Amino acid sequence: METTIDIEWVLACYTDDVPSNGGACVKHGNEQIAIYNFTRRGEWFATQNLCPHKQQMVLSRGMIGSEGDSCEPKVACPFHKKTFSLLSGECLSGDELQIKTYPVQVLDGKVYIGII
Amino acid sequence: MSQPTIVVVGNGMVGYKFCEKLVSRSNQFNIIVFGEEPRIAYDRVHLSEYFNGKSADDLSLSSSSWYADNGISLHLDDPIQEINRIDKTVHSLKGATINYDYLVLATGSSPFVPNIEGIEKNGVFVYRTIEDLDLIRDYAVNAKVGAVMGGGLLGLEAAKALIDLGIKETHVIEFAPRLMPRQIDSAGSAMLQSKLKQFGLSIHLNKSTSEITGSDKIEALKFNDDTLLPVDMLVISAGIRPRDELAKLAGLQTSSRGGIVVNEKMQTSDEHIFAIGECALYNSMIYGLVAPGYEMADIVVTHLTGGDKSFYGYDMSTKLKLIGVDVASFGDAFITEPDCRTIVFEDTHKGIYKRINISNNGKYLLGGILVGEAEAYNILLQTVNNKILLPPNPEDLILGSRGGEASEGAGVMNLPDDALICSCEAVSKLAICSAVNEGASGIDDIKKCTKAGTGCGGCVPLVKDLIAGTMKANGQYVKNVICEHFDYSRQELFDMVKINKLKNYDLVLDHFGKGDGCEVCKPAVASILSSLWNDVIVKQDTIQDSNDRYLANIQKGGTYSVVPRIPGGEITPDKLIVIGQVAKKYGLYTKITGGQRIDMFGAHVNDLPAIWEELINAGFESGHAYGKSLRTVKSCVGSTWCRYGLHDSVSFAIEIEERYKGVRSPHKLKGGVSGCVRECAEAQAKDFGIIATEKGWNLYVCGNGGSKPQHAQLLATDIDSATCIKYLDRFLMFYIKTADPLTRTATWLNKMDGGIAYLKNVIINNSLDINEQLEEEMQHLVNTYHCEWKEVVENNELRKRFVHFVNAPEEKNPAIKFEPMREQVKAKW
Repeated sequence: METTIDIEWVLACYTDDVPSNGGACVKHGNEQIAIYNFTRRGEWFATQNLCPHKQQMVLSRGMIGSEGDSCEPKVACPFHKKTFSLLSGECLSGDELQIKTYPVQVLDGKVYIGII
Repeated sequence: MSQPTIVVVGNGMVGYKFCEKLVSRSNQFNIIVFGEEPRIAYDRVHLSEYFNGKSADDLSLSSSSWYADNGISLHLDDPIQEINRIDKTVHSLKGATINYDYLVLATGSSPFVPNIEGIEKNGVFVYRTIEDLDLIRDYAVNAKVGAVMGGGLLGLEAAKALIDLGIKETHVIEFAPRLMPRQIDSAGSAMLQSKLKQFGLSIHLNKSTSEITGSDKIEALKFNDDTLLPVDMLVISAGIRPRDELAKLAGLQTSSRGGIVVNEKMQTSDEHIFAIGECALYNSMIYGLVAPGYEMADIVVTHLTGGDKSFYGYDMSTKLKLIGVDVASFGDAFITEPDCRTIVFEDTHKGIYKRINISNNGKYLLGGILVGEAEAYNILLQTVNNKILLPPNPEDLILGSRGGEASEGAGVMNLPDDALICSCEAVSKLAICSAVNEGASGIDDIKKCTKAGTGCGGCVPLVKDLIAGTMKANGQYVKNVICEHFDYSRQELFDMVKINKLKNYDLVLDHFGKGDGCEVCKPAVASILSSLWNDVIVKQDTIQDSNDRYLANIQKGGTYSVVPRIPGGEITPDKLIVIGQVAKKYGLYTKITGGQRIDMFGAHVNDLPAIWEELINAGFESGHAYGKSLRTVKSCVGSTWCRYGLHDSVSFAIEIEERYKGVRSPHKLKGGVSGCVRECAEAQAKDFGIIATEKGWNLYVCGNGGSKPQHAQLLATDIDSATCIKYLDRFLMFYIKTADPLTRTATWLNKMDGGIAYLKNVIINNSLDINEQLEEEMQHLVNTYHCEWKEVVENNELRKRFVHFVNAPEEKNPAIKFEPMREQVKAKW
């Protein structure tokens, strides 16, 4: 069975707002969303900005990188270095934590986030 | 001829180990196992972990298919009821009758339950099986006060389990005048008691319970002294009783005090019947630990497979962590003078008690007790078991070497080949070293091929030392790589980046790494790049830790703190006023730091450039409080004001702080200068400390405060200021180039072969012939100093990065809230 999900694509920022191989935070209504410009992989990712470990609005300021043979892209919270998959939002450093991830599209120097 | 049948009665840890050993050495037997419990053998030693997350499956020693895979027929939940020795048959509860050629009794023990009035009431439990734990857990939901009867090893484990279950008030009742009477002495018990009190345990010694009161469920314990302790539940852990009832029924020789009598081959009075583990009584002794049980299993397996091996008793030394407190007892722990000499160390502040018993001639270690800190356990046990000659100052064994040249001591590599390293699995030093020689390179490899470290795990540190020592002896390089992306140590990478003149992270990753990097290698490489080229770090902001990326220290709630440099702690009234004005204007909380400067907390990331602009205009510079770099050089007021001061410590501290400010290093660096021996600047607790003498300065290095304080060690005496700076240049650069990431100077020195003597030789005698280079490299860093905040304040592109929302740069993070505190503010979150 196939279902279609309506995704609303929201203009979040411009590509040069987000530093190369790093993150930045955008405001979407009352939400804070972290956008990552993974230049090394030529990919963009977006997650919630809140680190669920100590409830801090900081993930966009974390370092990004990859883990394991599959090169799973990840972000490390600057507070206590909890790491999260940028694909699934799963905590990779062994805690029962999960963050929300968003699809990202880049068109003409503009970065759009998919809100479901 | 058909295969001989071996029936194993009991499927506990020892019964399982017997099967495991037997199938690994022979396929000539038909093995049938009967177990009383409904599940396959599990790890009873770590039973209490069942309450902090481990499942019954995690505790299992094998998988359910293991028995079938090895041709063993397993009958669970079906205890043997009767042995017919004439027909050589056994009869099980469920009605099976099996002929045996050999019978192995591994029936274990049961908890001893004293005959106290009311013991049958609800809420009274024993602590032995997973089923017992399930019952305790269910009952604990409605219990507020719990008690454990018995202050021995198992009793304290049970008390920990009650704490883990959320019981608010837990009591331990012990009949004897001390805790763990079999392992530790009165002084050790007193230390353990005071530590356990801190964890919320109430301990009652010399208490004998006379009655358990309550209607149908337990309500209180009544003691012989007529006092009453109201409790909601009770766990009994008053010792074990060997399960010998089946043997007794079959007419085998048993002891009136419990236990199936065995000889040195573990044979009972019937030569076809063996008994192993806690049910066996050898030489009038029950061995209530797992390691001797495994050894007994090995002896029976050896015998059945045609070998010859005997049991001669077993070392009952033990080390464990009880509710976070290390406790160990080894060798002859209780021998007293005049049969030996004892050395005792007691630190009631840290809760450490150590006692060693040495032979009257001072040559051998006989045994001892460790409470509160038991790192030395393995090597002490080896020293006892292998009769290793003691060093001239045996107290070094428990106190460490204090001053002077590092004592040779009893290193792991000096142990004899037959030294037993893993007593659970009986693995010798030779076996571990041979495995390393054959290619095993890590603890996991060793566990796989020798099984060492797979039992209680206590020997793992010793095994690791042996692996490293053997590899080193073979000339193999023991690698300490940065992370999964770089297969190099920091020192190697430092040299490679330098030779190849690589200036940014991506180039370094392309040349020497793999993958996309991570939060470990990015700041490590950033530090290397900085120590080599001293470029503006925010140009590569996304490889920096968050503090370095925003040149400020992130705090709870996501605000930052601002620390301007105040060299030597000297500041003018005008500058103090500026700090006050800036803090007021931006609503910052101010506090004096431990390093004699002023920290302003609660700055929004958006405000940082403006705050710094004002500070820089008033003559301040970045304090690098956010970086792995020089923080402060603390000073006392020195000879300018102090009547005791020998030299001008403030001026020297300022000169040194100005010299090394901004220098990036593997970890933070702190310094101190004291104007006399009274040492008011606490220079000996710093990475480098300088203390005035009549003739000049004494230079100390590699100290630190923090969680593991360590005094700095004397590098040079009575040197003049210029020499002091020259030595510091060399010392700091040598550290910067060779230390592992995030390693303070103290740890760096601790790991250095040859210690301070070696370091002195490098820094003072130029033994590596690198001093000229070290001085040049340091001079380059000094010459290229820049105030990182000045670079940002004067550069609009860099300033733009200091926003919270890139799509709403004017807006501050709405999640940040403050609340008032003592006329200032604090973060609310």
